[in-house]
Amino acid sequence: MAMKTLLVANRGEIAVRIIRAARDLGLRTVQVHSMADKDSLAVRLADEAVEIGPPAAAKSYLKIDAILEAAKKSGADAVHPGYGFLAENADFADAVEAAGLTFVGPTGATIRLLGDKVAAREAAAKAGLPTVPGSPGRIETADAARAVVEQTGFPVLIKAAAGGGGRGIRVAHDMTEFERLLPQASAEAKAAFGDGGLYIEKLIARARHVEVQVLGDGVRVVHCFERECSLQRRRQKVWEEAPASALSEEVRQRLCNAAVALAESVKYRGAGTLEFLYDDVTGEFYFLEMNTRIQVEHPVTEMITGVDLVREMIKVAQGEPLRLRQEDIAIYGHAIECRINAEDPTKDFMPSPGLVEALCVPGGPGVRFDSMLYAGYTVPPFYDSLLGKLIVWDETRAAALTRLQGALAELQVTGLRTTKPLHQALASDEEVHAGNVHTRFLEQWLERKPQSLAKYGEADIT
Amino acid sequence: MAKKQVHSPLPGTFYRKPAPDQPPYKNEGDKVAAGDVIGLVEVMKSFHEVKADAAGKIGKFLVDNEDAIMAGQPIVEIEG
Repeated sequence: MAMKTLLVANRGEIAVRIIRAARDLGLRTVQVHSMADKDSLAVRLADEAVEIGPPAAAKSYLKIDAILEAAKKSGADAVHPGYGFLAENADFADAVEAAGLTFVGPTGATIRLLGDKVAAREAAAKAGLPTVPGSPGRIETADAARAVVEQTGFPVLIKAAAGGGGRGIRVAHDMTEFERLLPQASAEAKAAFGDGGLYIEKLIARARHVEVQVLGDGVRVVHCFERECSLQRRRQKVWEEAPASALSEEVRQRLCNAAVALAESVKYRGAGTLEFLYDDVTGEFYFLEMNTRIQVEHPVTEMITGVDLVREMIKVAQGEPLRLRQEDIAIYGHAIECRINAEDPTKDFMPSPGLVEALCVPGGPGVRFDSMLYAGYTVPPFYDSLLGKLIVWDETRAAALTRLQGALAELQVTGLRTTKPLHQALASDEEVHAGNVHTRFLEQWLERKPQSLAKYGEADIT
Repeated sequence: MAKKQVHSPLPGTFYRKPAPDQPPYKNEGDKVAAGDVIGLVEVMKSFHEVKADAAGKIGKFLVDNEDAIMAGQPIVEIEG
């Protein structure tokens, strides 16, 4: 049965993005929302809106029953999960399909497989992908742990098998430190996660974060090249680019082919992203994990390839085979995305929800603003701080950086503090221009160059 | 007996406990010193402490655990 009505099980800028893609495909849209989001842009744009609960995400956007009930009530026959919330919840994907609806994404089984860190690493190794050197799975004894580090060398990360999101990680620089930290790490993992299991990974000191965008139809997979997302703060991406300028053409091809190999080996369906660490010094890349959803930074890929990723993932969910052949997809130019968050970068990124008194959106060729904002909108405090994304494209990276500075200057979000001054400072920074960055660059830069940020922060207030 | 109110500096979700499996920071009738933490406000996924600005005894809580609150909203009464 042909898809007619798509329910958007998300909020914010990605809900707006999905509604636009669905509209282009002639689909009717249903936006579910919490009580706090009844005035959201997504609710305004959708054909129908259904309230599913109170502001807290646990009582609304994470409530599988309430979302399925809204689908039934509104006559939706498909569900798009966006990113975050239930997007990588295998039980949700299963429940959507069990209710006779189409889930815009991979099967629950694929989400489950790739969501398990050890299983994903094994699948990657089987598909021939390099993973960060370390223990193959959990380490069971101290002797086994010593054997691993004799192979990998120092420094190493000691990670809790049950941990996640950066929690339960320790760094050991030599054997003495390793011997001291190992029992501590195990005891702490037991206390924090109820499981003292550990695994060990070599620490790649100056790594770039690169990731490959793939699209699959359950049989065939193509890649849409890579993005670089090395500028991060507290493991959250802040600024993303496509392509990754540091890669040689030879490495790019190997990286993208490796991503396709893994995605095809699991018969991947939908849009997905394989994350890697890239070591500038050795030219080696290592698989980290695969995200089984559309990502925040997908627009930079769309800008350099001309592929509408959200449209393609919906078309695949409609049961169509992938329209694209690998040879149809090429890189043209360079794109940069800046995440505009409701945070004050001059005050340790203090959240800043509230009323958007006025809004001026940048324009012109190669400039795109994906956001949930409109003048008069009150940004609620209950969800993450992403207001929107400013994306610029130009023929070269240097030209894109110039265009970005102009676009940032045009952007005015009056009433809130935003991360705009941070991006202005970065867009005019010599090291950023040289592309000489790694995953800890931004945190160190914030400590080294506070005056650069302060200058743009002050200008933003006046 | 003078009553003072503690106001939340931020909008968001109010929590009376440091973590779901731990006891509340303060209960009604507890002694409180200026600067004591009374609760947390979650705003845009970051957590901020709400502190007492006067000493005394904890009176009535004016919001429940996990309630949505506005900036400036009174959280609890302190009896001086």
